[in-house]
Amino acid sequence: MAINWFKYAAPNTFYPLAGRMAPWFFGAAAVLTAIGLYIGFFVAPTDAQQGEAYRIIFIHVPAAWMSMFVYVVMAFWAAIGLAFNTRLSSMMATALAPTGALMTFIALWTGALWGKPTWGTWWVWDARLTSELILLFLYIGFIALQAAIDEPRRADRAGAVLALVGVVNVPIIYFSVQWWNTLHQGASVNLTKSPNMAATMLWGMLIMALAFWMYAIGAALIRVRAIILERERAVDWVRELPEAAR
Amino acid sequence: MSWGSVSAFFAMGGYATYVWGSYAVTAVVIVVEIALLALRSRAARRELRQPVALRD
Repeated sequence: MAINWFKYAAPNTFYPLAGRMAPWFFGAAAVLTAIGLYIGFFVAPTDAQQGEAYRIIFIHVPAAWMSMFVYVVMAFWAAIGLAFNTRLSSMMATALAPTGALMTFIALWTGALWGKPTWGTWWVWDARLTSELILLFLYIGFIALQAAIDEPRRADRAGAVLALVGVVNVPIIYFSVQWWNTLHQGASVNLTKSPNMAATMLWGMLIMALAFWMYAIGAALIRVRAIILERERAVDWVRELPEAAR
Repeated sequence: MSWGSVSAFFAMGGYATYVWGSYAVTAVVIVVEIALLALRSRAARRELRQPVALRD
């Protein structure tokens, strides 16, 4: 069977596809959140050292993972748009930025609220926290830069350069707990070692990570649809959409 | 994990401010994002229904 992988690379075919997919991603996010929170609050035991304060992990770690992952995906689409001049790729990068910024904000906020009872401080200027804050500034910089440029294709290119330069920050965040002395604990999940947390805690966290992932995809699909309409509203296929009927 | 009582659940072992502060703010920002997405989508569709000559 020959599949035309490029069929959905055009805004006019991707627009209806994204509209059909988005509810499924939001639905999956809702179901996974319900399961994850149930495990997190009613199955996972109290932590021996941190008491109940550790339950912040079920949103903190998924949000922190997604903040980095969304950035990499955003930079990937921006790079594709820059290299091949494909406008949908650039729109996808633009659509991901606000959701990535939101994930970064959640990671920082929940981190502060977790740091206070466990470290005795809301914030320290250590490597992990500082590099995550820089990630938030990268997202905000990307959004602001694109918003400041009127011509969309120029905005795409400028944003792509910023996004690509900023990618260097992602491994710095991830490995910061190994490279520098830091208050922040090491990685919660490690591919080479068995996890040093209770299985139910781990499962709650992984299911919540999947829920955040599904949510981020759903939000990006809805946003990219709005961006397509905003940018291509003078194009024939958009004017023939049922949404355009007066 | 058995909490024993509803108030024990909400007390979170004395960490209620931190745990619920985290979850509440996360819920609020996600609801705000969904609301902003709905507004942006609706504005984009409304713009489509304007006659071409009137568009900015």
